[in-house]
Amino acid sequence: MNTKLIFTIAKSLLVARWRQTLVAAIGVTFSIAMFITLLGFMTGLNDLLDGLILNRTPHIKLYNELKSTPNQPIAISDKFKNNYNFIHSLKPSGTRAEIYNYGAIIDALKNDNRVFGVAPKLVAQVFYNVGAIDVTGVINGIDVEAENKLFYFQDYITSGKFIDLKNTPNSIILGKGLADKMLANIGDVVQVTTPKGDRIQLKVVGYFQSGLQDFDKTQSYASLTTAQKLLGKPSNYVTDIQIKLTDMSLAPLVGKEYAKVFNLDAEDIQTANSQFETGSSVRSIISYAVGITLLVVAGFGIYNILNMMIYEKMDSIAILKATGFSGKDVNFIFISIALTIGFFGGLAGLISGFGLSMVIDNVPFNTAALPTIKTYPINYNPKFYVIGIIFSLITTYFAGLFPARKASKIDPVVIIRGK
Amino acid sequence: MSIVLQAKGISKNFHDPVTIQVLKDVSFEINRGEFVSVIGKSGCGKSTLLYILSTMDTDYEGDLLIDGVAMRNKKESELALVRNEKIGFVFQFHYLLNEFSVLRNVMLPGLKLGKYTEQEVEHRAMEKLRVLGIDNEAHKLANQLSGGQKQRVAIARALINDPLIIMGDEPTGNLDKKNSKIVFDIFNELAHEFKQTLLIVTHDNEFAQSTDRIIEMEDGRIIRM
Repeated sequence: MNTKLIFTIAKSLLVARWRQTLVAAIGVTFSIAMFITLLGFMTGLNDLLDGLILNRTPHIKLYNELKSTPNQPIAISDKFKNNYNFIHSLKPSGTRAEIYNYGAIIDALKNDNRVFGVAPKLVAQVFYNVGAIDVTGVINGIDVEAENKLFYFQDYITSGKFIDLKNTPNSIILGKGLADKMLANIGDVVQVTTPKGDRIQLKVVGYFQSGLQDFDKTQSYASLTTAQKLLGKPSNYVTDIQIKLTDMSLAPLVGKEYAKVFNLDAEDIQTANSQFETGSSVRSIISYAVGITLLVVAGFGIYNILNMMIYEKMDSIAILKATGFSGKDVNFIFISIALTIGFFGGLAGLISGFGLSMVIDNVPFNTAALPTIKTYPINYNPKFYVIGIIFSLITTYFAGLFPARKASKIDPVVIIRGK
Repeated sequence: MSIVLQAKGISKNFHDPVTIQVLKDVSFEINRGEFVSVIGKSGCGKSTLLYILSTMDTDYEGDLLIDGVAMRNKKESELALVRNEKIGFVFQFHYLLNEFSVLRNVMLPGLKLGKYTEQEVEHRAMEKLRVLGIDNEAHKLANQLSGGQKQRVAIARALINDPLIIMGDEPTGNLDKKNSKIVFDIFNELAHEFKQTLLIVTHDNEFAQSTDRIIEMEDGRIIRM
């Protein structure tokens, strides 16, 4: 088959009907542009919302669950070995909240090449004293630098510097909601009461805003040392070990392994936050569905235009067949017309989709819940562009398939004798 | 003298709306270099016969041999190749592609055959146009030409692959006296100077009288040849 000749003929047919061609191509351009923009915007939002939780959640959390021991004395006793024992009203007792020998565990974790980073954490229940009123809340004792590296801590600090938490002794970073409630400004000293009744004064060095208001109303951060001092515990007292893996999908598996090796409880991110993945995938499906619908509509446009072209060019097709072009050649001519429309329309669609994304990316978007976000989020994943162009080629191919088959089946005798 | 085209007992029926036999056991041969005309009244089946001989119509009984090769049981693409290489066709209407220049129109079957490079095909096309006296119009678009000129371009297109045989279906049917004369003279020149085999269907008896051989048909049969 003489491909070059076929393309020349396809090109001249296209150029001869350039207005219709343009309309068909604009249809494809529009749908691809919308597809790209929609997916970019949706995914950008998804990433933003997921990031709210996922960025701040460790892939694996190691801790001691408050629970009764599974090895009850009666089960160990030889006397009742052959019995099936029922124990009622079992209560846990003497469970230690801290992780035993955490330094050694962290060293072991850091040598595991599946682990991206490790940050110890101490969760302390406290009462914030606002005048005569006590507000219940939580102080998270953190390793400031590790926390920032793994969980982008500084992104959520709206005033003050995160590193002051480490550099200033007895300092605290309050949630914005909590600070408003306590009327505490930066530099002020606030008082907290521990569950054991000790009162401690802490200096406010910053505010954080996580985007989750309930969270900001109860949580605050202090350095690990400050939190240990607060609880009157030694410097090896840590309640959680937070782990980030290089590959998040390994979390459930690795979590189970660590739980066994270190004799601790492990919670993986997939179990803790499964609802976010569901939300993301549903939003993606909606975007794809809308994009594909637009493309199918454009495909019908191409189908119509090619059909029209075939009726108009009946004589030309007949003479091509009479002078030695086979049905396959004619088929190929019309398929390449359709694909040309698809390719160039799609390419223009990618460019305008990119442009439209850029416009949205620069539209101001200020919300109290998301302090670090200034404009609408857009995801420029090249994957969408590849999918876009492939979709446009596939749709136009199918749109061209039936008209092309019809053209290839034209009987030249019928056309020529009909004159 | 070698046989270019051989029809052996060709019959054809039309089935719509009722079955009518339009060709009844038609057999004849055409030798190389012959200028043959087929005449007969309207509806006698002469055009139907021509389209079967041109391999475009494959719904018939009997056998057709072109250059000694049987056309029955050939695939559609193989028949397309035969038409491209061995048959030049001139219709009543010119059927030029308006999107292309005159030269390009002539070149298309040559490019499709792919026997020569594009430059060679172009050179050959110019040569054919020169022989037919329309080389000045080569770069015009097909629809800018007069009816007579268009038909000459169609003849040049039929000639581009040096076909074994040129078939014509009322090639002068749409032309005035003067242009008919020109086309006829061209056919005569092709037949006698270039020894081109020609098979022309016509109802113009004057035209037919001056050909080498006349096949006359009536009611789907050959009554004189």
